[in-house]
Amino acid sequence: MVLQIGFLCDNILVNYNYGVGMKIIVCVKQVLDTAAQIQIDNGKVVSPGSSRIINPYDEFAIEEAVRIKERKPDTEITLLSLGPEGFKDSIKKALAMGADKAVHLMDEKFNGLDSYALARVLARSIDKIPYDLILCGRQAVDIDSAQTGPALATFLSIPFVTVVTGVDFSDDFKSARITRQVEGGSEVRELPLPLLLTCQKGLNEPRLPSLKGIMAAKKKEVLTLSASDLEFEMLDIGDNRVIEENLCLPPERKKGIILQGTDEEISGELARLLREEEKII
Amino acid sequence: MSVDCVLGVVIEHDQGETKPVSLEVLSAARKLADQVSGKVIALCLCQSANLEADLFIQHGADQVQFLTHPDLQHYIHENYAFALLGQLKKYSFDYLLLPATNNGKELSAVLSAHLGVGVATDCISLSVNGEGDVVAVRPVSSGKAHSTVRFSGKKPHILSLRPNIFRSPPLSRQGETIEEEAQLSELSKKVQDLVKQVGSQLDITEARIVVSGGLGMQGPENFKLLEELAEVLGGAVGASRPVVDNGWRDFSNQVGQTGRTVSPDLYIACGISGAVQHLAGMSSSRCIVAINSDPNASIFSVADYGIVGDVIQVVPSLTREFKKILAS
Repeated sequence: MVLQIGFLCDNILVNYNYGVGMKIIVCVKQVLDTAAQIQIDNGKVVSPGSSRIINPYDEFAIEEAVRIKERKPDTEITLLSLGPEGFKDSIKKALAMGADKAVHLMDEKFNGLDSYALARVLARSIDKIPYDLILCGRQAVDIDSAQTGPALATFLSIPFVTVVTGVDFSDDFKSARITRQVEGGSEVRELPLPLLLTCQKGLNEPRLPSLKGIMAAKKKEVLTLSASDLEFEMLDIGDNRVIEENLCLPPERKKGIILQGTDEEISGELARLLREEEKII
Repeated sequence: MSVDCVLGVVIEHDQGETKPVSLEVLSAARKLADQVSGKVIALCLCQSANLEADLFIQHGADQVQFLTHPDLQHYIHENYAFALLGQLKKYSFDYLLLPATNNGKELSAVLSAHLGVGVATDCISLSVNGEGDVVAVRPVSSGKAHSTVRFSGKKPHILSLRPNIFRSPPLSRQGETIEEEAQLSELSKKVQDLVKQVGSQLDITEARIVVSGGLGMQGPENFKLLEELAEVLGGAVGASRPVVDNGWRDFSNQVGQTGRTVSPDLYIACGISGAVQHLAGMSSSRCIVAINSDPNASIFSVADYGIVGDVIQVVPSLTREFKKILAS
């Protein structure tokens, strides 16, 4: 059954081969530690001394891929990451968690791409990697746009499901029952592979890399591709479609008050304040 | 009056009920339209034109377009995108606004990829600059910073708006309603049949009031105190990350940088210390009440009203007093 809908877009179609096991691509981004306090310097987020981590939602994607491989050992997991040299730390960690190899897209020309452009570049690179399944995080916790995964699937003309909290594959791994979170509930869809999923918390519990995994990761292949390797100019993406004019800290909240008295007095006073002052209840 | 700018608003609805956030998006579009001699068109994809067109007009639509098809019983991105792309070919839109829900966000990505246009996700403030173009503020890093963006290139420019921010009362207005049959792909029925919806409860991102619990609740059994409080207030119950990681509450209720970002009118933080990630996910709430036994807890730094005390005692007392005032 074919579920692709016949749009014409400038996508790159990929040849995939079911014969040699399952091929999974996991998109991985490195972000600032979520515990970090940030400052803004020259229009950029800075947080001196804070560490960088794998985007937490991407960890669910990596874990899901590794769990598939545990059930289906002829699976090959390829990480795909776009970012500067420093991203190698997260790539190494993801390899240590159990991915087999990595493709690192690294070029100054990729700096500051918006979600549309980023998805185009990822789609282009996937032209060179066969796959049955693409796993992404549901959003990167820095830009918070949640656009790259579904845009990527659209460029590849494959079905996708976003904000996935459950995946149940058929025995032959050729289709999957997928649970997706929506506001106030969930929905369940059945789709054939190839497809793209964006992973949400609740899908699994990401493992910590084992010592064996860390040792093994050192020998795993990391292929670095530049803009010219991808014939980036040929994509003719043009200028960014969304342009950041300013980045600032959010306005500070006004100083609050601590209510005093017995529980009953405090509760009565709060109820009054919320009704009369705040007009909320 | 000549129209210089057409703003489309994609209505999100669920089983025949319009999502409140859709009315908020209409109101926000109206405010922009008034600044740029614009026209607001509500795009309502549905099985039959049985949703409240009047309500859409009262919240700012000049025209309501019902795009109907038997396979548009509920939202599925393939069918919505197909129908909307057809409509965007037929009519020229300068801006397209959607709710920043899980559905709205994925739909914006698909439309952006097909049309080669930009998207600003999860906007919390909109304005018009000197050139008459829309400028949007969107939180990044879960609200630790605010990014102001503008668009460049092809139209329509797409914006998704965060729920609970743009609420505005209905106005007495006139508008027209038209109905067209939506064009869907031949696979639309197959796609439709493969989706099952489960559950329908008030979501923490859409609730006007969120009562949230942290480790200070001491155990999952005490969350019933928060449920009682939320019920009295017509709100939803959220949780901090450690609570979810302990398995006390479902992950869909987690507020914070690795959970959901909420902006309710009232956020009541019960026994939550206020880790950086949690504050990022809730500090854009309009009014924050914090209850914690530790007077130095960082949650108090963002609270409008603080109560230093034992949540297990304070919460039932709040429930009683709120019940009283709501009955009065």
